[in-house]
Amino acid sequence: MELPLIKENWQSKVFEVTLGATSENNGTRGKTITIGGASTLPYFFSEGEIPHRPQLAMEVWDMVPDNWPEKLLEPFSDVINDPGAWAQKCIEEYGADLIQLKLVSAHPEQKNASPEEMEEVVKKVLQAVDVPLIITGPGNEKKDNEIMPAVAEVSRGENCLLGLALEENYRTLAGSCIANGHTIISTSPIDINLAKQLNILLGEMNVPRDKIVIDPTTGALGYGLEYTYSIMERIRLAALQGDKTVAMPFLNFVGEEAWRTKESRESAMEGGNIKLGLSWEILTAITFLHAGSDLLVLRHPESVKRVKEHIDNMMKGKKI
Amino acid sequence: MIIIGERINGLFKNVRKAIQEKDPGPIQELAKKQVAAGAHYLDVNTGPAVDNPAEVMDWLVETVQEVVDVPLAIDAAKMEAIEAGLKVHKNGRPIINSTTAEPKMLEKALYLAGEYNALLIGLAMNEKGVPKDSDSRVAIAMEIIATADSCGFSPSDILIDPLILPVGVAQDHAPEVLETIRQMKLLADPPPKTVLGLSNVSQETKHRSLINRTFLVMAMAMGLDSVIMDANDQELMQALATARILLNQEIYAESYLEI
Repeated sequence: MELPLIKENWQSKVFEVTLGATSENNGTRGKTITIGGASTLPYFFSEGEIPHRPQLAMEVWDMVPDNWPEKLLEPFSDVINDPGAWAQKCIEEYGADLIQLKLVSAHPEQKNASPEEMEEVVKKVLQAVDVPLIITGPGNEKKDNEIMPAVAEVSRGENCLLGLALEENYRTLAGSCIANGHTIISTSPIDINLAKQLNILLGEMNVPRDKIVIDPTTGALGYGLEYTYSIMERIRLAALQGDKTVAMPFLNFVGEEAWRTKESRESAMEGGNIKLGLSWEILTAITFLHAGSDLLVLRHPESVKRVKEHIDNMMKGKKI
Repeated sequence: MIIIGERINGLFKNVRKAIQEKDPGPIQELAKKQVAAGAHYLDVNTGPAVDNPAEVMDWLVETVQEVVDVPLAIDAAKMEAIEAGLKVHKNGRPIINSTTAEPKMLEKALYLAGEYNALLIGLAMNEKGVPKDSDSRVAIAMEIIATADSCGFSPSDILIDPLILPVGVAQDHAPEVLETIRQMKLLADPPPKTVLGLSNVSQETKHRSLINRTFLVMAMAMGLDSVIMDANDQELMQALATARILLNQEIYAESYLEI
């Protein structure tokens, strides 16, 4: 006897979020990237539509990373002092879809760089590549609020994805995004209630729902991965059941978290076998793809290649 | 929880007047106000005091659809009037409001539901009137579901209204209605949906809003799926939102009332 497949009938879908702006919309990007829009769980093609494949970004720093082990720096050794060239290499040679520009040097404990210096870096990277940019501040509340308004203004109209908005510090960034036509990263600490709360607060500031991307905070393999996974799963189920306040695409900072782990770092040091670190990054990335991730930021080019292959395979999925 | 806005009903004086004068203004105002407050559907009822209900229903539906794009619950005593509304209905799946289990009426209603791909509200009563207890209500609901099933409908196409009576007149009905809602979930797989004409519970009482929201929350705990109510009663909407949180139907967030 043939068993009929029971199919879920989802009532709602994830908002489509477009990043970047071409000349048609007063930007200078060569292309835009649209994520989200799914009306089903990840790769369940039988129960709904998945109009856009997940996208892969690579990290570019505005200074030489001080905490990357040697073998992780190796693929970038010729461009490490030049964020523009670094970004170009990621796009042209390593096949990244877009770039996350991390403005680390502005941190008071780093070079405490000024808003003007950050504007220059942003301009440079915008000129070097024509893909949409993710731009994040140094993660210091005071400094973020100094540099991000300047960054938002100098990239006005480019519809960058700016972060991070946190419950305790979102107003300045949200205001800058609205005023300059950018999209915002809504970050919550692996907590579904706070994820929803921050999105409601952003809504009260009139940030449109299709200009928000959720960063649920990423735990790497062995370091909280399953917590992030289950939060993402619950958020996505609520979104598909009609809760518009959490129906945004997901962003996961995978590279940062995977290469923070002791095991990965040691594997990329002198005498280590970097395959372990690569596996760590790739496995973490793939796990979150299956929890519904729409946008992953990775570090190593080999990871980008492998994760891309996985997405290719999953997107071939047929209706059953 | 599907909220069906109740305000476009000829029983309300301002609506009756607008219907008599063919004045779309007040009706469109009510439509927009209810949708803005969160109504998913709007009930549209010509009221009893019109000579040509079909013609008025046609006008009412068109008038409402000019300003909002939610689907409508076409509410009339006569199937001719309901059909007139269904004919011009254009946004989503309409609801037929309503039929009893009385065979002739049920047959007509099911025919229209099939013809216009509508959901159908089945009142848990027959030609003998509203039953006293939940067992009789469930039995009548079962008749409606079985008849619908034999015509090719899924139980989930039917919304059973167990019929609540005013608490000041028939206090013993409320517990029976609650029990009926609970029983509906056990009746079929998929189960039929349930709906309540909420405001009836508080007719002629002094604390209408309080009684409405208390009963709504109780009915939600029993598994109520949809409700015909005043979407512009803010305290009622807040009670509904809070019940959804407490029933784990909605993710909690500090500002859940501000959505």
